[in-house]
Order: sequence, then structure tokens, then C-alpha cells
Amino acid sequence: MAQPNVVLHVADVHKRFGGLHALADIDLQVEEGKTHAIIGPNGAGKSTLLNVIIGKLPPSSGQVVFDGTVLTGRKPFQINQLGIARVFQTPEIFADLSVLHNVMIPALAKRDGMFTLNMLRSLDSETGIRAEAEHMLEDVGMINRRDMLAGSLSRGDKRRMELAMCLIQHPRLLLLDEPTAGMSRHDTNTTIELLKKIKSRGMTKVIIEHDMHVVFSLADKISVLAQGRIIADGSPDDVRGNPKVQEAYLGGAH
Amino acid sequence: MNNLMPRNDLFLLLGFTAVVLTMPIWLAPFGAGYPDLLQRFMIFGIFAVGFNILFGLTGYLSFGHAAFFGVGSYAAVWSFKLLTLDAIPAMIFAVLISGLFALLIGFLCLRRSGIYFSILTLAFAQMSYNLAYSVLTPITNGETGLQLTINDPRVLDAAMGQGFAGQPVPTLLGQQMSGYAGFYFCAGFLILSFFIAQRIAGSPFGMMLKAIKSNQTRMQFTGFNTRPYALSAFVISGMYAGLAGALLAVTDPLAGAERMQWTASGEVVLMTILGGVGTLVGPVIGAWIIKYFENILSALNDNILARFWSFLPDGVADVVVKVTSKFVGDGWHLTLGLVFVIIVIFLPGGIMEGVRRLAALFRRSGSSSAKPSARTQPAE
Ligand SMILES: Nc1ncnc2c1ncn2[C@@H]1O[C@H](COP(=O)(O)OP(=O)(O)OP(=O)(O)O)[C@@H](O)[C@H]1O
Ligand SMILES: [Mg+2]
Repeated sequence: MAQPNVVLHVADVHKRFGGLHALADIDLQVEEGKTHAIIGPNGAGKSTLLNVIIGKLPPSSGQVVFDGTVLTGRKPFQINQLGIARVFQTPEIFADLSVLHNVMIPALAKRDGMFTLNMLRSLDSETGIRAEAEHMLEDVGMINRRDMLAGSLSRGDKRRMELAMCLIQHPRLLLLDEPTAGMSRHDTNTTIELLKKIKSRGMTKVIIEHDMHVVFSLADKISVLAQGRIIADGSPDDVRGNPKVQEAYLGGAH
Repeated sequence: MNNLMPRNDLFLLLGFTAVVLTMPIWLAPFGAGYPDLLQRFMIFGIFAVGFNILFGLTGYLSFGHAAFFGVGSYAAVWSFKLLTLDAIPAMIFAVLISGLFALLIGFLCLRRSGIYFSILTLAFAQMSYNLAYSVLTPITNGETGLQLTINDPRVLDAAMGQGFAGQPVPTLLGQQMSGYAGFYFCAGFLILSFFIAQRIAGSPFGMMLKAIKSNQTRMQFTGFNTRPYALSAFVISGMYAGLAGALLAVTDPLAGAERMQWTASGEVVLMTILGGVGTLVGPVIGAWIIKYFENILSALNDNILARFWSFLPDGVADVVVKVTSKFVGDGWHLTLGLVFVIIVIFLPGGIMEGVRRLAALFRRSGSSSAKPSARTQPAE
């Protein structure tokens, strides 16, 4: 058997906020094409871990390597241009722009790079990008909201749109911070289906989720984070049966 | 034509052009149909259109754009002195120099955002103003202001054997730029400026600027380096300011440091907010209103007011004249302040928001009484 191809390696990362040790000695390996779930109680450090990966926060020590490239020390836009996109826990969207434009912008970032001075070209002539964005909106079931202001969407729709904004870039690595929070059961299931579809296309995903239904229907591997440490790591079945996890997180709920 | 610009944009541009070119006619009844004031309408319209590219699209509020206006004026006058009295080289020179200056100041100020950015621009502009007044006197001629003299070298004119008898004045291909010629010259530039601003707002680049205003964090995590975008907007608006400053020097070839003072920077902020931040037409209207007030109200005095109110009974007229006189002449700022406060409180989107609300009102009352055939048309 060939060695599994590790595409993201978080190596010995620590993150301190003053006296708070938010991430302690994190070592995480994410394999190419797999869906890696990170679960853990509130305040465990899950979002902080994503913040360190995408360059929003510098780690106190340690480093993050993506496909042989050290991410630590790079700017967020450089990290995105390497092929990493993220859905945030609280949606980060362009509230004053239309849904369509929200999705066109990341597509332009992918095509034109981090800066292009194309100010005499008409946006209306970008028919290719526009069609791509409309197609993406169809995929997430939001085409009928195309001309609405993004700020006026419901919380669940903002999230779906943000997912579309990430997917349109065809990232190699997609980081999802509670992508189904605030969604109805129906929308959650649609999103799971969508994420499964992407999985078959070979995109690597790291997903943070509280909803165990989502986790167990998507994850190939699960890491459990509690108080800044990884306390368990393995296949969904391993983790489900692990007594340490039951104690720290599942709390006997299952 | 269709791939050059969308039809709505084309109609807006044509309408705007028509309104601008006929200003001498429709402004005459308001006492504003004279070239001197009309030129100022054009010049400050350009200043405001450019300022809006930075403030309206990107959301960065500069309190120092008068510095670029002033630099444009100085650069134009130097071009008149050293090269030629022709206006075109002066304009090009002024736009380039103010663009370079904006690149430097913008590079430094854009290291911060929000209020810190505003304060930095204010500080740099005040520094420029003080330098123009004192240390840089050899370039700016200090308090007196930079002006043209008979003994200026004007190497290009000299090489072409064009002498000038008497006090030199700027020209365009040999034509003097005074009166209505000056107005139409400036009007041409305002229309061009408007057209370019329209293109920028409707381009992918313009959408990025709006996205930066909306959520700069998201922009960065989407793969955009936002700094060069903001800097480009800053430089473009600085070049607009320089163009406006140069035009003022063309119509009145005397550049003084007071053009760079913070009150002048604040004025363009007021114009933009009054008319409607982020709209294309709003800033121009804001500029026109402020310049109208400045010129018309400040020229009124007690005698004119007494004549105006003379239809009232004597005692009443005296009181009314006394009260209204506080709002005109030197007190015109008071009127402007009142108008500004009223607009910002009741129409936070400026005059353009008022226009939009009126249009919506008409459309609603129009559609309820309209014939069925009109109702089948799409809402947009
Ligand atoms: N920028 C910051 N400055 C200081 N403390 C922070 C910062 N970001 C996170 N923390 C703290 O670090 C700890 C971990 O936070 P984090 O947001 O990573 O938790 P989480 O696992 O994502 O929790 P949740 O499930 O509630 O989203 C918390 O105690 C939080 O208060
Ligand atoms: Mg979190």
C-alpha cells in the first residue's frame, strides 16, 4: 500500500492568549481527499486552530505545513491563493453586496489573483464568471436569492452562501467551522449531501461540528479537542467507543 | 456600444452631459449663470467625484485631500511658468505630480484604517499646508501665492517663438481660457471625470473596492491583497483632486497655500455626504450646492435683504431682515451647517436618497393608477 498522502500538517502548535493555553502541543495530520472532523466542547480551541491554519493568528510556537509549503508567517490572502478556503463560525460575507456578487468575487480572486487593476473593464462583460457563480448558487439551492442583498439573508442562507463563496474557488483544502449551525434539518441534510458530493471530487476538508449526525455522516477521521489538547484521534468508530471522549465531550449522551 | 457600457449607464452619462452643458441657461434664473461660478461648479464637481472613489467605494475617509488639490494647482502654475502657457501640458503635469504625491501619502496612511487613517491624512495635509506656507517658499512663494510674471522662462513658448505682451494668461491652443470658454473647458473635464468614475464603479475593480468597504476581513480570506486596491483608489482620487486644482489654476493662475488647508479638505467631505456617499451623481450635486451657497448667500447683504422683504409691514420687515441677515453674507456657513444637519438627520444617504425616495413614491402612485399594459413591465 502506498503511504497516505498528508496534505496538511499542523506540527507541535501552541497558542497562548496571555495565561490561557488555548492550543497545547497540537499535532494533526490531514490526508489528501479525506474529511477530517474536529469535535470538542465549547472553548476547546477548535476555531483557534483554524485561525492558526489560515494565518488569522500566529501560533506561539510550532508551524503549519500545507503540501510542503510552510503556511506560518504568510498572510491570509497568500494562504488562500495556495488553495485554502474557510467558512467561518459567524458568517463573513459582503453584507452590502448582492448574493451574486458575493459569489463572483471569490471566483475573480481565483482567476485574477490577489490584485488586478482591471478598472476600465465592465463587470457585465464577465459573463463566464457570472455563469459560474449562478451555477454555484444553483448547487447550494440559492439561485432564487441571487439579487438579494447578502445582509438581508437568514442565518442559514448566509452560511450556505459563504459555502458557495468557498466552493467556487475549488480549494484544495476547505475548512468549515460549524457549517450547518443555524440551519433547519432539511437544509442541514442538503448541505451534507453537497459536502459528500464534493468529497467524491477529491477535495480535502477539515470540519468543526457540534452536530454528531453531520460528523458521523461525513468524517473519515475524527480528532477530539478538549482544553486545547487532542485527547483522541482516529476513525469514527474508534472515537465513538473511546471512554475518554465519552467523559470529556459526549458526556454519555450517546 | 453595448459591450462598452450598460444602457442605463449610457443614459445616465448622456443625461449628466446635457445637464452640465446647459447649466448657463437653467442656472441663470437662480443668479448663478455666470462663468466664474460655473467654472467652480465644474472644478469642485471633479474634486468630489474623485473623492467619492476613495470614500464612497472603499470607505476610507480622508481628511487631507485638499493637499492634492493644492499640489495640482502649484504644478499647473509651474508648468505655465517654466514650459508653456498652454493648459494641456499643465493639466497632465499636475495630474502626474499629484498622483505621485498621493502614492507617497497613501502608502503611509493606508497602514492604518478607520479613524487612524483619517487622522493620518489630516496630519499629512496640515504638514503640507505648513510647508507650503513656510519652508517651501521658493516653490510656493509662501503667503503671496505663486503667480505668473512677464519674466517667466516658458521654454516651450520661447522655442516656438511665441511671445506674450502684457500679463500672461493660460491658453488652450492659443485661445484664452476666460469666461464661457473656461467653463466649457472645465465642463469637458467634469464629463470625462464622471465617465471614468462610472467605468470604475461598474468594473470588477470597483466591485472589489465596494467589497473592501463591506468586509475587508473577508476580502483577505478570499485571496485579495486589499492594500494595493485601497492604494489605487487613493491615488486615483488624488489625481482627480490634482486635476481639479489644475483647472482652478487654469481659470485663475494664482496658487496659494490656503487651498490645502483642512477646511478645504473638510469641504469635499461635506459635499460628498450632502449629495450621497457612494453614488455617482450625489457628490457633484453636493459640490454644486455648497459652491452655490458660498457664492450666492455670501454676496447677500442687509440692503438686498431689505429690498427682498420690503413687501412685509415695516416693523416686521426690520425683524425679518435682522434675523435672515445672520444666515447670509459672512453667516452663510450657518445656513450651510443647518442644511447639512437637516439632510444628514432626515436623509442619511444624502440628497440622492431623497431623490430615490421620491422616485419610489412616484412609481408606486404611478403604478396603482397606471393602465394594465404598463403594469406588465418588470419592476426593474
Ligand atoms: N483572539 C483571542 N484572544 C483571547 N482569547 C481568545 C481569542 N480567541 C479565542 N480565545 C479563547 O480561546 C479559547 C478557545 O476558543 P475557540 O474559539 O477556539 O473555541 P471553540 O472550540 O471554537 O469553541 P466554540 O465551540 O464555542 O466555537 C476560549 O477560551 C476563547 O475565549
Ligand atoms: Mg468555535
